[in-house]
Amino acid sequence: MTGLRRTARRALFASLAVALVLVGGCVGGTPQAASDPAADNARKIWDLFMPIFWMSVVVFVIVQGIIIVAIIRFRRRPGDPVPHAMHGNTKLEIAWTLAPALILAAIAVPTITTIADLARNPGDEALTVRVIGQQWWWAFEYPDSGVVTADELHVPVGRPVHLELESKDIIHSFWVPRLAGKQDVVPGRTNTINFTADAVGEYSGQCAEFCGAQHANMKFRVIVQTEEEFEAWLQQQQQPAVEPQPGSIEAQGKELFMTNCRGCHTIQGTEAEGKVGPDLTHFGSRQTIAGLVVPYSTDNLKQWIHNAPSVKPGQPGRSIQMPAFTALTDDEVNAIAAYLESLK
Amino acid sequence: MSHANAAAAHADAHRTSTGLSHNKLLMWTFLASDCMFFGSLIMTYMVYRGRSVTGPYPDEIFNIPFTSVSAAVLLLSSLTMVLALAALQRGKVKVFRVWILATALLGTLFLGGQYYEFTEFSQHGLGLGTNLFGSSFFVLTGIHGTHVGLGIIWLLTLFALSFRGLVRQDNAEKVEIAGLYWHFVDIVWIVIFTFVYLLPY
Amino acid sequence: MAQSAFTLERSAPQETALSRLWSWLTTVDHKRIGKLYFFTSLFYLLVGGLLALLIRTQLAVPNNDFLSPDTYNQVFTMHGAVMIFLVVMPLNAAFFNYFVPLLIGARDVAFPRLNAFSYWVFLFGSLLLAASIVLRTAPNAGWFAYANLTNNTFSPGHNLDYYSMGLQVLGISSIASSLNFVVTIINMRAPGMTMMRVPIFAWMTLITSGLLLLALPSFSVGLIELAFDRLFGAVFFEPSAGGDPVLWQHLFWIFGHPEVYILILPAFGYISEILPTFTRKPLFGYPFMVYSGIAIAILGFGVWAHHMFTVGLGTVPNAVFGTTTMLIAIPTGVKIFNWLGTLWGGSIRISTPLLFAVGFLGMFTIGGISGVMHASVPIDYWQTDTYFVVAHFHYVLFGGALFAIFGAIYYWFPKMFGRMLNDKLGQVQFWIMLVGFNLTFFPMHLLGIDGMPRRIYTYTEEMGWATWNLVETIGAYMLGVGVLLMAYNMFTSLRSGQPAPADPWDGRTLEWSIPSPPPVYNFAEVPVVSSRDELWERKLKKQAVPAAVKGGSGEEAEGIHLPPPSIVPMIAAFGLALAGGSMVFKEWILVGIGLAILLFSIIAWSLEPNE
Ligand code: HEA
Ligand code: HEA
Ligand code: HEC
Ligand code: CUA
Ligand SMILES: [Cu+2]
Repeated sequence: MTGLRRTARRALFASLAVALVLVGGCVGGTPQAASDPAADNARKIWDLFMPIFWMSVVVFVIVQGIIIVAIIRFRRRPGDPVPHAMHGNTKLEIAWTLAPALILAAIAVPTITTIADLARNPGDEALTVRVIGQQWWWAFEYPDSGVVTADELHVPVGRPVHLELESKDIIHSFWVPRLAGKQDVVPGRTNTINFTADAVGEYSGQCAEFCGAQHANMKFRVIVQTEEEFEAWLQQQQQPAVEPQPGSIEAQGKELFMTNCRGCHTIQGTEAEGKVGPDLTHFGSRQTIAGLVVPYSTDNLKQWIHNAPSVKPGQPGRSIQMPAFTALTDDEVNAIAAYLESLK
Repeated sequence: MSHANAAAAHADAHRTSTGLSHNKLLMWTFLASDCMFFGSLIMTYMVYRGRSVTGPYPDEIFNIPFTSVSAAVLLLSSLTMVLALAALQRGKVKVFRVWILATALLGTLFLGGQYYEFTEFSQHGLGLGTNLFGSSFFVLTGIHGTHVGLGIIWLLTLFALSFRGLVRQDNAEKVEIAGLYWHFVDIVWIVIFTFVYLLPY
Repeated sequence: MAQSAFTLERSAPQETALSRLWSWLTTVDHKRIGKLYFFTSLFYLLVGGLLALLIRTQLAVPNNDFLSPDTYNQVFTMHGAVMIFLVVMPLNAAFFNYFVPLLIGARDVAFPRLNAFSYWVFLFGSLLLAASIVLRTAPNAGWFAYANLTNNTFSPGHNLDYYSMGLQVLGISSIASSLNFVVTIINMRAPGMTMMRVPIFAWMTLITSGLLLLALPSFSVGLIELAFDRLFGAVFFEPSAGGDPVLWQHLFWIFGHPEVYILILPAFGYISEILPTFTRKPLFGYPFMVYSGIAIAILGFGVWAHHMFTVGLGTVPNAVFGTTTMLIAIPTGVKIFNWLGTLWGGSIRISTPLLFAVGFLGMFTIGGISGVMHASVPIDYWQTDTYFVVAHFHYVLFGGALFAIFGAIYYWFPKMFGRMLNDKLGQVQFWIMLVGFNLTFFPMHLLGIDGMPRRIYTYTEEMGWATWNLVETIGAYMLGVGVLLMAYNMFTSLRSGQPAPADPWDGRTLEWSIPSPPPVYNFAEVPVVSSRDELWERKLKKQAVPAAVKGGSGEEAEGIHLPPPSIVPMIAAFGLALAGGSMVFKEWILVGIGLAILLFSIIAWSLEPNE
């Protein structure tokens, strides 16, 4: 085992590490990759990061390089004399105080301008949405149109979006990595965040401040649509809930819903006006269930209705969760699911 | 050889690099830390000033004249503390006892005043959990009161020890250190009194 | 020599298991207390590491249900709390205790019984936290336990009462021992040892202790307020009453940020002792090392809000705190470069302590640089609460603090126990750990880039995080192997290791001038110091090495005044912990009993003869 081989391995490792960062920065296939921005906000952040990253690489390579060279060159060999007792060098001290200071200045200036940039008021044409975070789902309210949805935020492409973030219970954090940086959702405060999406598509987001047992499952989606699609969506959401055909399975589901679920959920145009859970007026148009990590499917919906806590297990003693309805028969669950899916 | 060494070692046990005794340095260092402690408590109070959403509010229940008197009592106790130390340093143990007891009594009087004030407030409907004012007020002043209480125990211990000849002119530093603590607690009260009672709400 | 030392310490004439135990319970010898800290915190390293392995096992694959969500939350909270409060801090305390008096040429700390008290409070406080793990009601709101998740509505159960009481008790221990070290270092330096001759490790101890004294009270107040909210219905963090959960964050981080320098400054100390010894060169730029340490401590008080960039403090505070945070890179850089200057031109002896020191330089730099990235506020909008942050702080905490501590263990173990550790095994351990460490924590940067939030107990396949998570888990098990190797190394060394000479590394500072392990009284003659590397200079000038190396006689030692053993510190600590522990269950009678025990033992303490 010679020190040379060790240091060679170390050098190899260092370069490997650098290579890994590059790979991480470029590879796709990760729906929440900050390295793949799709809105101005996230892009400004990434553009700020890249140069700082490269400066960091340089700093690291210098430091690590000196270490490696020193260890190879100055390794003790038998019979070596005691080295010259070098106590310090003021010029060097000044140099290596100033050099980092300059690098930092180069980082600080764009940092400060970007802070200001991201906080800039988006202007009047912006779409304002109220975002209400709560254990463990998100409500989105469009004040201009009165539309309310859960865990799915629809916004138009190319138009600034201005989000007003509020919390119903504890601190959460609103985060869609490809669109914008985070902003905490703090009870008693209204924080804001702005972004302008530049491509149609679906963007995955998730709560980023630890908020209890189901923090991991406090997910949501931002659906960026063309202006027309978005307007159409708003129109449709403003309709009262679809009324099922009398005698149909959906009607049966509605009846069951009104006995079991109306205390917590609202379906506009019906007597269900509960405020505890998400507004389900247009649940049939959703692609997610309760911000779960699992994808949407009718089976999953049934499972949710039948026993929500088994899908999103909370902490014992907490009351805000949707309860299990294990007493409902399969047929009844089918009926409720059919009703909810009909609520386009 | 061994005698010389022992003597040197003994002398060494009392040598300090700064000339300040360990105990005194300890007390000063502790007080610096305690400053931050009270600083954080007062900061909490100041941050929450005027942010209670329900009453009772300070101006409804504070009895400034009463509290001024009890603050004066505490201030007076600093004076008696100085007198106690001065007496001991001059070797007058009996006089010392009188003043140290007086200091402890004044401290107790202050605590009595605080007890009265607390019961009075709770009769006006201010509890620990009533509002932010209640929480931050009671915890701040209560912790200060606890400091005073510990100080009283300390003073009384010194008083008692003086009868066993353990508090003397040549170790008056013991009393001096207790005095540092006592004056500190006193000064903290002046700060609290200013910020909590006197600042217009 | 060691024999006569023992006679001094021992109170019972006949050596029995009981009297040995008693001698440990009543010890006020800084070296024994140091050993107690040492083994207690190594035990907690296994606990904290085991919790880390649970985390890594759960996250190894997507949709894993190895741990339930609530268990996971308890596990990561306790992993963080244990590693910080029960591993790194007390391991540092172990070395403060053992080596500060030796380095400054003192016979003990300024307040030996207060020192014992600190240890026992630490032990009982840690047992309170450990009990919560065993009872499966451990704190589960993260190591910084943000309000108002921690109030009674959202956290029923005792979990967070253990947090508030356990950490409060531990805090008292830290305050007590910091007071002790400040006084010791300022007041007990050997004759001739001016502040500018104090070995850097002792300097860093002084700064660390000062930081603790000034930073910890803020957290204590936060914990008091939390306890009042939870136990007595106060409304400090209750938004419905106007309370502001963000106040907790301020109180926490005003402590929490200085805390990270409390964790790393001692590490800077170890490195500054190890490098000169293994390069046979004096530390490069000693005064700059001192000043930069002070600068870091002072700046450290003005940056806490960099943990709160996304809370909504406003653009101006964010810009200010971001900039002040970056400034800390300057004094830290000064340290790094001075260490490089020490290496450069030296005569470098490759052995385990040096390898860990050099590993520290590389790994800590990576962690420091990612810290600077966080300090760039907009970047932190993205990086905060992701695995990028987890990567940052493991690079500075493990690659920094713990690597340095491992180096210190290999460096000072021979002095503490009189036996050498196996250097070959140590080097193998180092390489396993270096590779395992980077496998575990480097990919966390990439996961941060890929948008993986921290503190999630599960994730799905679609997120594309599975591969790196698996790699990390493999790395974590490698680290486990490394830790076990070290445990094995210590174990065999204690049983049958090669006896250590007084000065195995050709050292420079005073601790190497006395036998390994040192006699109870440390220095038969208190050395008179005339330079920074006192022993080295004496060796160079072929001057008399202090008497003890030549082996003083027991006779000499008899005359040395040593504080007598006492059980009172332990009883006092027990009272304090009993009061704290009973608060968790609102057992007021027991709280009263605990406080009474505390009070009476303190009075008894002050009546005990001499200190
Ligand atoms: C040992 C502990 C330790 C140390 C030393 C540091 C050091 C630093 N830390 Fe770190 N930090 C933590 C432990 C530590 N940190 C922990 C535990 C957390 C997370 C807590 C939690 O959320 O759970 C955290 C989180 C944290 C955050 C918040 C992240 C977030 O949650 O969003 C930030 C933000 O600014 C930050 C910054 C820094 C900086 C700038 C330094 C600087 O001091 C680093 C300075 C060092 C260098 C820069 C390297 C050497 C310098 C040179 C070679 C000179 C040249 C370099 C340049 C010019 C860049 N840290
Ligand atoms: C000094 C501090 C320190 C150290 C050393 C470590 C060490 C490790 N940490 Fe650390 N970690 C923190 C401090 C530290 N951590 C903090 C503060 C947090 C934040 C917590 C929070 O969010 O609140 C955190 C969070 C954290 C997370 C994020 C959890 C989450 O956000 O969900 C992860 C995930 O991988 C992790 C992993 C590890 C691993 C694999 C190690 C490994 O390096 C561990 C290696 C050690 C071993 C593997 C021990 C080996 C022992 C055995 C094999 C024997 C066991 C047997 C017996 C007991 C007899 N840690
Ligand atoms: C005690 C209150 C309560 C009752 C009763 C209740 N729910 Fe819920 N429901 C909730 C809450 C809270 C959520 C959000 C849970 C989450 O995301 O963590 C929710 C979520 C849902 C969702 C997912 C909504 C979305 O936007 O993704 C559906 C569907 C649903 N509930 C259906 C039902 C049905 C059907 C019933 C009756 C059989 C019912 N709920 C009864 C509280 C309740
Ligand atoms: Cu909400 Cu995490
Ligand atoms: Cu910090």
